[in-house]
Amino acid sequence: MTTAIAFRQVSRHYGTVRAVDAVDLEIAEGEFFAMLGPSGSGKTTCLRLIAGFERPTAGEVEIFDKPSGAVPPYRRPVNTVFQDYALFPHLNVRDNVAYGLMIAGVARAERHRAAEEALSMVALPGYAARKPAALSGGQRQRVALARALVNKPKVLLLDEPLGALDLKLREQMQVELKSLQRQLGITFVFVTHDQSEALSMADRVAVFNEGQIQQIGCPQDIYDRPNTPFVADFVGSSNVLPPEMVERLTGKRASASLRPEALRLQADGYAAQVIEKAFLGAVTRLTLDIDGQKLAMLLPKGEEVPEKAATVHIGWDEDALHLMEQRDA
Amino acid sequence: MHSDRASLGLKIAAAAGLLFMHLPILLIFVYAFTTEDKSYQWPPPGYTLKWFSVTWERPDVWEALSLSLRVAAISTVVALVLGTLCAAAVSRTRFFGREAISLLVILPIALPGIITGISLRSAFNLADIPFSFWTIVLGHATFCVVVVYNNAVARFRRTSGSLVEASMDLGANMFQTFRHVILPNIATALLAGGMLAFALSFDEVIVTTFTAGQQQTLPIWMLEELVRPRQRPVTNVVAMVVVLVTFLPILGAYYLTRGTEMVAGQGK
Amino acid sequence: MPEVAVSSPASRGLSDRLSDLLWSRQGLLILLLILPPALWLGIIYLGALFALLAQSFFSIDPFSGLINYEFTLRTYGELFRAANLDIIVRTVLMAGCVTIAAMIVGFPVAYYAARYARGKWKALFYLGVMLPLWSSYLVKVYSWKLILAKEGILSWLFETLHLSWLLDAYLLLPVVGGNSLSVSWTGTFLVFLYVWLPFMILPTQAALERVPPSMLEASGDLGARPGQTFRHVLLPLALPGIVAGSIFTFSLTLGDYIIPQIVGTSARMIGQAVYQFQGTAGNIPLAAAFAVVPILIMGVYLYIAKRMGAFNAL
Repeated sequence: MTTAIAFRQVSRHYGTVRAVDAVDLEIAEGEFFAMLGPSGSGKTTCLRLIAGFERPTAGEVEIFDKPSGAVPPYRRPVNTVFQDYALFPHLNVRDNVAYGLMIAGVARAERHRAAEEALSMVALPGYAARKPAALSGGQRQRVALARALVNKPKVLLLDEPLGALDLKLREQMQVELKSLQRQLGITFVFVTHDQSEALSMADRVAVFNEGQIQQIGCPQDIYDRPNTPFVADFVGSSNVLPPEMVERLTGKRASASLRPEALRLQADGYAAQVIEKAFLGAVTRLTLDIDGQKLAMLLPKGEEVPEKAATVHIGWDEDALHLMEQRDA
Repeated sequence: MHSDRASLGLKIAAAAGLLFMHLPILLIFVYAFTTEDKSYQWPPPGYTLKWFSVTWERPDVWEALSLSLRVAAISTVVALVLGTLCAAAVSRTRFFGREAISLLVILPIALPGIITGISLRSAFNLADIPFSFWTIVLGHATFCVVVVYNNAVARFRRTSGSLVEASMDLGANMFQTFRHVILPNIATALLAGGMLAFALSFDEVIVTTFTAGQQQTLPIWMLEELVRPRQRPVTNVVAMVVVLVTFLPILGAYYLTRGTEMVAGQGK
Repeated sequence: MPEVAVSSPASRGLSDRLSDLLWSRQGLLILLLILPPALWLGIIYLGALFALLAQSFFSIDPFSGLINYEFTLRTYGELFRAANLDIIVRTVLMAGCVTIAAMIVGFPVAYYAARYARGKWKALFYLGVMLPLWSSYLVKVYSWKLILAKEGILSWLFETLHLSWLLDAYLLLPVVGGNSLSVSWTGTFLVFLYVWLPFMILPTQAALERVPPSMLEASGDLGARPGQTFRHVLLPLALPGIVAGSIFTFSLTLGDYIIPQIVGTSARMIGQAVYQFQGTAGNIPLAAAFAVVPILIMGVYLYIAKRMGAFNAL
């Protein structure tokens, strides 16, 4: 398997701010890779390091095994879909999409044909003559995608491409992006702060926090076996149990993650008090107090919902309690 | 505010303010047609088109007009180049001395014109530079830079930085990016700035009195007539023509930057 | 699968190579951009300005009339002679009056344009301020020479309304009066106000536009009468704009020498003094020292304005 992108101890510092701090990372060719993290965690900077808009303070970003050092953005085999789409306002949709080909010196008729083709690939035929200002947010997003893909990049970088879309459209685009990626076989590097987006689309996910990668793995792993309390909490908002409590439960002293949906009512379980309850539609979320420790629990529809302040008994499967390395304690 | 209707008092005050700014200029138009040639008598005793033909045949007016137009054209070109370079540098990056550069650009119009004028004149004296067409241009270009700069900086600020990145990402080098993305996006702002710079230079008198020597631009010609009137009706006609000539670039600049902010106080 | 990761076409043009150089050395790019304007303004403008300031520390030999190139503060001392002090005080007073009047006359226009004018009217108001701002300075001054002349439209107006006695009585007043309006301080003041008024209106309007209507509604909602809303919400928020405008009206009045020369009394203002000292009198050092006065006054003024946040409204 070929390595498309590799970070070797890459850092990007702005003065004393460590936006990216000694990151090691390998992305395989053809992979759908997500960089997940809260804003300011360094994920977007990593994307810009790949695109060439930023240069590392230390370390090396390799693109297909070649150091990218001083290679300017216009000579990298990668293309970007920008968060604000960055469509050229003075060009119509066709010329926007054909821009890269125009620069590369492709003849007018040929690049127009390629632009039309790319537009129909993103389900936007017939819009070629419009100006970007006359498009909806979703349509602009598709144009931005077509504009990047028409150049047949080896790696496509997507910077929160769905962030500005409403929920319905976002879910639809998630499906389309995923199938597009499979169809084209291009490496996708996808930056998002939305954990469900990352989990549903990516082959592998890197979780960022404070300029460092907390964990890299397939979505299932990240969700079920978070390495650190940060990952546990950020991905699917888990209950993070403190070492003292885990020691009492298991005898081992370490933090542990316990997913709210893994908790169930169980007559012979631990006693806990209901502090708060919130009806969420498919489930009801209870906030419980167990020996002074707050726990969130999701109760599926159909189960009887206890009253507030009531005492309930809860339990969980042994392997649901996942011990974590103590990293950012 | 409780109602969305302006009170009568406010309406009257606003209308009065506007009239105060416009009536005097309109008066010039009437005087250009008066038959009276010895005083500023109102109402004019009669109306005539005679003074237009008289003015038309005055070589001194033509020479002054020609000099003014040439100076304005060259100064505008210099200001366009310098102002755009400066705006590009200041808006795209934060570098040491950024504020100082902004201040330096604004200084020539922030300080009273007489100071700019007298500084330039004494500098020309010290350096033994004789007055010429180029000494006028030197002064004019210096204070015209700010108009172009203001327009260009405002546009640069609104032009998303990611457009430049997108262009480079799509394979365009810096020069191609400038040619295909930056220039089309700032073109109207530059045109507007250029027009205003032209109007500013065409009209300038204070600095010019110090840098022109014996040469007469149109404003210098008018100033002479104001201080020592020789043929008042000709002055009236020239004044009217100057108003009309300066209105065109101002209106043009307005339509080019409509819907975008025009920086307040980008004036002289 | 991919043969070359980082494509490097064999025949790269000069522009490509230059672009690479500028890309890898961004500092060089900035330097190249900033160098021409910095050199132009730095050498031509600042150089000239410093040359002038330097001359203010020289003095003129009273007997030969030649410049004595030795450092002295004597020239500055001359500024404090009664006649010269008069000129300074007179100019500052005039600039102050013009600025205050411009605030009063300009505010309603700016307020109406910012709050009530919509669509076409908005454009009309905008052009209504921009056109006078940009139209020829000399023509504007000239138009007032026509208006204020003894035989001009203003006298005619008073006559037609049978109010000539009022104008005559006003002209008899000390200080503000005179032989006719065109040779009185009132005349000078009116022309200054007329010529600089747009410079007050634009920044004021810009500041007022930035006051969200919901803020005024909130004030009304909290029980403030319109007058109180104006006093406690609108005015403080508009103040930076007004101060920004006053920088222009004040500075422009301080340095002008043409308006008082064409409309006004024989008493001089700073601009005229500078002009005469450097021209007919040939006393460049004193002219330079006089030129420093408006710079100093504006320095103080700008410092205060900056503390009031006026620069955000520019």
